[in-house]
Amino acid sequence: MKDVLKELERRREIARMGGGKARIDAQHARGKLTARERIDIFLDEGSFEEFDMFVEHRSTDFGMEKQKIAGDGVVTGWGTVNGRTVFLFAKDFTVFGGSLSEAHAEKIQKVQDMALRNRAPIIGIYDAGGARIQEGVAALGGYAEVFQRNVLASGVIPQISVIMGPCAGGDVYSPAMTDFIFMVRDTSYMFVTGPDVVKTVTNETVTAEQLGGASVHTTKSSIADGAYDNDVEALLQMRRLVDFLPASNTAEIPEIACAQSTSDTNLSLDRLVPDNANKPYDIRELILKTCDEGDFFEIQQSFAKNIVTGFGRVEGRTVGFVANQPMVLAGVLDSDASRKAARFVRFCDCFNIPLVTFVDVPGFLPGTSQEYGGLIKHGAKLLFAYAEATVPKVTVITRKAFGGAYDVMASKHLRGDVNYAWPTAQIAVMGAKGAVEIIYRKDIGDAEKIAAHTKAYEDRFLSPFVAAERGYVDEVIMPHSTRRRVARALKMLRNKDLQNPWKKHDNIPL
Amino acid sequence: MFKKILIANRGEIACRVIKTARKMGIATVAVYSDADRDAVHVEMADEAVHIGPPPAAQSYLVAEKIIEACKATGAEAVHPGYGFLSERASFCEALEKEGIVFIGPKPRAIEAMGDKIESKKFANAAKVSTVPGFLGVIEDAAHAEKIAAEIGYPVMIKASAGGGGKGMRIAWDASEVRDGFERARSEAKSSFGDDRVFIEKFVVDPRHIEIQVLGDAFGNVVYLGERECSIQRRNQKVVEEAPSPFLDENTRRAMGEQAVALAKAVDYQSAGTVEFIVDKDRNFYFLEMNTRLQVEHPVTELITGVDLIEQMILIAAGEKLAIEQKDVKLNGWAVESRLYAEDPYRNFLPSIGRLTRYRPPEEGRFGDIVVRNDTGVTEGSEISMFYDPMIAKLCTWAPTREQAIEAMSNALDGFVVDGIQHNMPFLSALMRHRRWREGRLSTGFIAEEYPDGFHPVEPDADERTMLAAVAAFVELRRCRRLGSLSGRLRPATAEDCREWVVRLGDAYLAASITGEGEPNAEIAIDGRKPLSVASEWLPGEPVWRGTVGGRTVEAQLRPRLNAINIAWRGMSVDAFVMEPHVAKLERLMPKKAAADTSKFLLCPMPGLVVSVGVAAGQEVKAGETLAVVEAMKMENVLRAERDLTVAKILAKPGDSLAVDAVIMEFA
Repeated sequence: MKDVLKELERRREIARMGGGKARIDAQHARGKLTARERIDIFLDEGSFEEFDMFVEHRSTDFGMEKQKIAGDGVVTGWGTVNGRTVFLFAKDFTVFGGSLSEAHAEKIQKVQDMALRNRAPIIGIYDAGGARIQEGVAALGGYAEVFQRNVLASGVIPQISVIMGPCAGGDVYSPAMTDFIFMVRDTSYMFVTGPDVVKTVTNETVTAEQLGGASVHTTKSSIADGAYDNDVEALLQMRRLVDFLPASNTAEIPEIACAQSTSDTNLSLDRLVPDNANKPYDIRELILKTCDEGDFFEIQQSFAKNIVTGFGRVEGRTVGFVANQPMVLAGVLDSDASRKAARFVRFCDCFNIPLVTFVDVPGFLPGTSQEYGGLIKHGAKLLFAYAEATVPKVTVITRKAFGGAYDVMASKHLRGDVNYAWPTAQIAVMGAKGAVEIIYRKDIGDAEKIAAHTKAYEDRFLSPFVAAERGYVDEVIMPHSTRRRVARALKMLRNKDLQNPWKKHDNIPL
Repeated sequence: MFKKILIANRGEIACRVIKTARKMGIATVAVYSDADRDAVHVEMADEAVHIGPPPAAQSYLVAEKIIEACKATGAEAVHPGYGFLSERASFCEALEKEGIVFIGPKPRAIEAMGDKIESKKFANAAKVSTVPGFLGVIEDAAHAEKIAAEIGYPVMIKASAGGGGKGMRIAWDASEVRDGFERARSEAKSSFGDDRVFIEKFVVDPRHIEIQVLGDAFGNVVYLGERECSIQRRNQKVVEEAPSPFLDENTRRAMGEQAVALAKAVDYQSAGTVEFIVDKDRNFYFLEMNTRLQVEHPVTELITGVDLIEQMILIAAGEKLAIEQKDVKLNGWAVESRLYAEDPYRNFLPSIGRLTRYRPPEEGRFGDIVVRNDTGVTEGSEISMFYDPMIAKLCTWAPTREQAIEAMSNALDGFVVDGIQHNMPFLSALMRHRRWREGRLSTGFIAEEYPDGFHPVEPDADERTMLAAVAAFVELRRCRRLGSLSGRLRPATAEDCREWVVRLGDAYLAASITGEGEPNAEIAIDGRKPLSVASEWLPGEPVWRGTVGGRTVEAQLRPRLNAINIAWRGMSVDAFVMEPHVAKLERLMPKKAAADTSKFLLCPMPGLVVSVGVAAGQEVKAGETLAVVEAMKMENVLRAERDLTVAKILAKPGDSLAVDAVIMEFA
């Protein structure tokens, strides 16, 4: 008996060493951690339970039958993050460069199936060289099996991908179908085809970093939702993110004891909106002063900065914040901002996370580049996302809410549950200048008349009261009471019950 | 007595005057520019009058607008505060003509003393000891150079109409005189609307000590002791105290009597200040007389119990001075720290923006300690580029200098300001500086003690232990709270939050919680004897108040990615608290170098580009001027740090730039 136990220990020991000490050292020398080290940081200490530690590939081509390493390049299993169950898989770069074989793919599929069946989030950690070429079509099949499971799990359990090394070819599509992708600066990159193929096909010389580094994907392509300086920072932040997320679309929103009262007034907010309507201010301050303890996990911080999205808590419960950012492009809605926010709104709606929307939007961005780029359909995504969302929706208009953008930003007409406006709000079809020039076209030459018309327009329409008179705004509130008001509204909405008509799925303008 | 007065100023001093006026039952009128529409002084006053656009030259400096405001509101008198119109005789005369009382000295005294050239002539006549200098009008740079050579280097070039450090330059050779003269003149013009400058001998290692005087319309003049203002940065006062740790009774009396003699000679009828420089042998030289209330007047008020603004108002109303010289007693010690919106880590360049958080320490008397904070801002106020960057004057009083300094340290620790960069870390560091504590001061103190600029204070071994204990305590509370997270597989236990490694900068310290951890935590750092840590702190609170091993600590916490920044006593340390197994791996992470910005000239502060002195393709030697950026009325010359070639110019004069905006690229 004892020998058998020892044999297990011995086998485990070997499996844990993955590709061996030299490869582990090489991994460290690149500033990266190994798959198991990453899991150790991400999960609560001692909570990891590994599956399929002894799985090996079954390939016999190209002499592969002589090279077998227990685990086959991916570490899978489950554990807890601050006590809550998560499933995960982590590619092991020290074993066959983390490349995907049929057996490797089956390991991933197994945890995907378990995560879905048991309704808990799944996290994939990527650091791999793509398909295992020696396995040919078997690897391709493996990928597709993984993809299929990603899609079935989408909207049922949160799926998070963390790219901590190379991620290319077939490997990129599984992350692409998950809810969030995070990267590590300088050590990770993602692309469909690498620099060599790019050079051959298009004769374009480009480095891996330029083609698919963290800065590209967080600022240009918006593939990644955030980036961190190293593995440890990234993994600890992933723990923080998981704390915000419900386990599944049927689970309760996580709740934690909240230290900060909601009854305190915050007088500084009465000075947040500057007198000059063209002067920007940082909407993030309002988010930080509305959520508990200023703890805000921003999603896509570096992309389409004219809109801010992310998770916070109010009275200990997760809330998704969406806010126009007057500091960037005056908070205008363009294609990028619309897509970014639409995806975030849909995530929140999937997982029953209430939405709090702060509105200061001058409209949609005009111009050929926007129109040619499909602004109509991109803008429609955000409109669609808000309109279909059945989660509690609390909206606060702080300043401008002009034109179609007013409608889009969780307005009353899109089933906004509680719609507040600050006294500084200007809810109108457009700004005074533009409106006057259309309504009083005949007076355009007469500066005096135009000024008088403008003044009259401003007095009548650039306020929250015309909207409030129609009930488009439920209440005009003092800025300093925003946290209290939002908290109360969310509390009232806890048992909200709203269903959309049955459908196979909707047809959002993709 | 007046029924209503107008305060022709803004910021903290306007608030200060309103406070006293209210105490005296006088109604107040504030004035404000566009930039100050929501300012605190406007809210505090009974009435407020708008006087124009943000630049002072179009609002606070326009005498006609102030007079109009008086007429419109029926204000009988004007308190000018300091700066702006406070020392402009023409303004007093204009007020007099309208039958409005100027709460300050008579125009004659302002003319005689307010102009630094005139005042020296006067002082000489009154047998007040003065510094050698040239009292005539300086025609041009060449003339300035000639005068400087006669006096002998180093010399000081100063705006005749100026106060504080504005428009002031020290020159050690002829080229610096030429450069300094032009700059001083242009700054004098932009700041005071008067481009006259004067030159005098620069006394090396001087202390700046000034005498507060009060005179009435009946020829009575008293002096209220001295203030020492030697802690200056570029001739701008930073920390003041009263009394001076340097003066003996005889010197104090001699200076006081000369100050009184001078005041009497000009029939001085208000609060005024006679500034002296004092050398190491306690020889003192008259520097100038400020015919206004000084910024640092609170320290005098704290040690004499006299409300100087009340006295100014009474005197202006024609009342007789109720204080005789024998009544003036100096009691205890007062220290003032000026809180400026400037970045101590970037050579004190101005910083503007919104005060997203502004939580001054509680004011009042606490046992033997008095805390006073004169301010014109509140949480949410905007620090604009148009005015002086001073946010607040924090004063402490105690029976002894040592206690007053300790009280200041504590008050600074609890003073939270976010949204802009400010000099609080520097003030905190100063308070613990040995030379300051010993009172060995000179106006060169800051330049001598911080020759390479200011860097956060490095904690010593004990302080590191203490900071690590605070960080571990914060993590303990955070970790325990996570135990309340819903959806856990098993409830959290005390064993979940026990052992950590705290990374402070590059140092790793082990922290273990022994015992229950509630309400006090016993925290052992690096295996040493556990420290008892007690605090009511809750997650999210910006100030951690508590005791660590019996020592009272007030530290400020700011969240960082996976870490907290702890600011305390001029230290600023990022504390990254990890579980030990994480720390082991964290040590493997590569240190990332900051991005290389040496290829760019970045705008060091938000400001307006005045001029760009080079063109693309031009070769530039180290030290040559690349561009001039103006912020908060100060022109900042950006010079080449090395020999270089300009590749591309990205900003033009008139551009308004944000901090770190690229002005030009180098090849």
